[in-house]
Amino acid sequence: MSASGPRLQPTLFELSKPGRGGDKIPHAPKGALDRLPAEHRRAHPPGLPELNEPDVVRHYVNLSQLNHAVDTGFYPLGSCTMKWNPKVNEWAARLPGFAQLHPMAPDDVAQGTLQLLWELEQMLIEISGMRAVTLQPAAGAHGELTGVLMIRAYHEARGDTGRTDVLVPDSAHGTNPATATMAGLRTVSIKAAADGGIDLDAFRAALSPTTAAVMITNPSTMGLFESRVGELIEAVHAVGALAYMDGANLNAILGRFKPGEAGFDVMHINTHKTFSTPHGGGGPGAGPVAVGDKLAPYLPAPRVVREADGSFRLERVGERPTSIGRMRSFVGSTGVLVRAYAYLRTHGASGLAEITDDAVLAANYLKSLLAASGVYDIPFPGVCKHEFIASATSIKKQTGVRTLDIAKRLLDHGFHAPTVYFPLTVDEAMLIEPTETESIETLDAFANALVEIAREAATDPETIKTAPHTAAVRRLDEAGAARNPNLRWRPAVGDWTPCPD
Amino acid sequence: MAYGPHTPADRRRMLTALGMQSADELFADIPPALRSTPLRLDPPEPEQLLMGRLAHMAGRNRVDLASFLGAGAYRHFSPPLVDQILLRGEWYTAYTPYQPEVSQGTLQSIYEYESLMAELTGLDIVSASHYDGAAATAEAALMTCRATGRRRVLVSRAVHPHYRAVVRTYVDGAGLDLEDIPLVADGPLAGTTDLAALDRLLADADHPTAGVILAQPSFYGLLEPMAEAGSRAHAAGALFVAVVEPVSLAVLAPPGAYGADIAAGEGQALGIPAQYGGPYLGILACTEPLVRQIPGRLVGMTTDVDGKRAYVMTLQAREQHIRREKAASNICTNQTLLALAASVWLASLGPHGLRDVAAHGASRAAELEAALAAIGIERVHPGAYLNEFAIRVPNAAAVHHTLLARGVLAGLVIEDAVPDEPSVADALLVCTTEVTTSDDIAAFARELEAVLA
Ligand SMILES: Cc1ncc(COP(=O)(O)O)c(C=O)c1O
Repeated sequence: MSASGPRLQPTLFELSKPGRGGDKIPHAPKGALDRLPAEHRRAHPPGLPELNEPDVVRHYVNLSQLNHAVDTGFYPLGSCTMKWNPKVNEWAARLPGFAQLHPMAPDDVAQGTLQLLWELEQMLIEISGMRAVTLQPAAGAHGELTGVLMIRAYHEARGDTGRTDVLVPDSAHGTNPATATMAGLRTVSIKAAADGGIDLDAFRAALSPTTAAVMITNPSTMGLFESRVGELIEAVHAVGALAYMDGANLNAILGRFKPGEAGFDVMHINTHKTFSTPHGGGGPGAGPVAVGDKLAPYLPAPRVVREADGSFRLERVGERPTSIGRMRSFVGSTGVLVRAYAYLRTHGASGLAEITDDAVLAANYLKSLLAASGVYDIPFPGVCKHEFIASATSIKKQTGVRTLDIAKRLLDHGFHAPTVYFPLTVDEAMLIEPTETESIETLDAFANALVEIAREAATDPETIKTAPHTAAVRRLDEAGAARNPNLRWRPAVGDWTPCPD
Repeated sequence: MAYGPHTPADRRRMLTALGMQSADELFADIPPALRSTPLRLDPPEPEQLLMGRLAHMAGRNRVDLASFLGAGAYRHFSPPLVDQILLRGEWYTAYTPYQPEVSQGTLQSIYEYESLMAELTGLDIVSASHYDGAAATAEAALMTCRATGRRRVLVSRAVHPHYRAVVRTYVDGAGLDLEDIPLVADGPLAGTTDLAALDRLLADADHPTAGVILAQPSFYGLLEPMAEAGSRAHAAGALFVAVVEPVSLAVLAPPGAYGADIAAGEGQALGIPAQYGGPYLGILACTEPLVRQIPGRLVGMTTDVDGKRAYVMTLQAREQHIRREKAASNICTNQTLLALAASVWLASLGPHGLRDVAAHGASRAAELEAALAAIGIERVHPGAYLNEFAIRVPNAAAVHHTLLARGVLAGLVIEDAVPDEPSVADALLVCTTEVTTSDDIAAFARELEAVLA
């Protein structure tokens, strides 16, 4: 194995040279640790790399260039909403007043942030059509757990203890069933109807006095608005269960559909999708949860309270005994929420409505280009929302080239691949989400690339099956990685300078 | 629309291609009964005005105080290079590395993070990150139940109250049992976890224990008998979970050295700004035999078809997108960018810098203890501490409030965070780090003496 190639980097540990670097902070007084009992002291210093500033910066700048990112190109990853991450939001989160505020700082010295959080809650209440919001959850899945735990608390408070089931469409994201398990409930998976939407009859047959909740993604993971959701919610409420909306796809319905008005009892919002907070290579995010009247008493603590005099404070410990408790330490991922707030202020109601219109327009336009090409299967031909499914089933049948291969070949064209093999309910699925911030030229170029790859599949399938060819590395030995996991670097003992005393 | 690319002609062209007159037709699939009322929000704000608004709001927070507040979030020096790296769009505007061939930067950075944390904790398996220290601790509690097939978790009352609350939420949610391990009431071990009580709890044969959780240093800043608690847990067939503060691991024995099976902790201290609670970095590490129980992403080193070294997400059969309701956790989005921040910070400081950070905090804390003792303020607990300790102050809440007006943030009023621990009523939890100055310490002692006079 060698770390060759144009921009590949050795590990930090291989770059390390004993005795290099240091002097970023003054040395501690000698003997500073003498008062610590020996049995609590570390016997050997940790084997951390020793580097100087140019080493560190070049390492991370070179590594960064191995990444595809929204800042480098089109990223049509379905369900993930890879929209533009505005630069002013990065500036905002770094304002010293926001960035340096301690999370246990007394309310008196935190009024600016508390006001921002409270105003953000009000905006999310308006957007969701719900009654109250918690900003505590750190991501969408964390919000799901928050919501389902509140649903459980609601049933239990009513002495309704026999509700063990959560009904989830089989097209749902994996976090939905995994959440039900974490909340001590059982997942019942329901097949979609032929048109890709909710199968009302199947849901009605499964609903019972043991149903705690249904979790519906709307628009669905197939990019379709769930037009029968009104009837479903009625049926859910008729058996005493509650309706959860997975709001991952909120970008498609801003100002067009408010889940609370439609009868949903609770939903989460992924600020890192809809409200442009950067995904950071996998996180952070934030997963605010909005609830209607029934669940408001159970919201996690602490909430931000606005006093009669216009000042803000956090709830005291134990102030609201109905709360499900804490989901995390402190208040929330405030730095993420500052960015979401800036984004919402930037757009206002008219801007949000335009975002949704343009996101849906872009998806339908791109879908129409692919449909017109005739080479990709489009399983749901009607109007889509912010994303749509194309499938390579026919291409695979004719050429042996699979969706995975097409995804890899797109990398050679300078595009990130769509989400592939999700949802699990469509064969050879590609879930394509262009977002509202991509130009018509980009959409045209992406469609052309896909069509060209389909043509290439017929003439030169090998090139596609061995793609990518232009990335820093080619296809990886994933099976080997799992069979013999190498999950950490082991610095050679004695490869670093021992610490003084 | 801000950031939008379309000219009116572009929009017309796209609509025409769809055979539509207006965007409204794109929403014909929403049944009329479900269509929403209009959004009522403030009008859009141009960037220049928005910046003024945000600067004004940020200015309403006070971050200029002489601060002795820690309690789970710590101020540390961060070299400017760290934030300059984080501001590269290739890092922060990428998604989860689903296409490894064009995500090697993120993947290698996670592998290096796993390696750095393995060095600090002395445990070989490190997840790519969790939401925060509290959520990581809660996941650790659930891990102990999965791994042992038992249902009962014991957590020390010296663990951060927020962490205990989150563990409570998760453990209750999963239908499992949680009990507190009380603190020693008096004598030289006052405020540390009561090992005799732990013995009694572990002896309950009808309720076998899955996991025992202690924090090092504890919420009260004290050094805990980790090795003793761990061997008691193991003797009872339970796993031992250490809640750790990573900077302290430069100088304190690592969890791997005292037999912990799992370490959980908050990585914020590794150069991540306090920013009122997040985004932070949940660290979760475990021993090799527990690798299939650990939740969250793992990145491993492998090769590509040409034999080039490369990195990839691996052992994904633990995760929600594969296992759905049988997954180890529902976690999907994590805190990758914060793991990067911690790695760059550690790489910048190196082993000696990290030790200096920890040792400086300890040295300033001794200085603070002496300055407070000189005005008659004593520690609550006699045991050893690193850089944080509790002090007894009459009318602690009122005094803390008065000091604020005098420019001193006198740590945490413990009773506000832990109302059910009478031994720490009228006490403040105070902390120092390398950024605490002698002037800060002098100001604290001077103002406190004046307020108490
Ligand atoms: C439909 C859907 N639900 C839930 C989630 C989970 O959200 P998060 O990754 O923020 O935890 C996602 C994320 O991709 C999603 O697409």
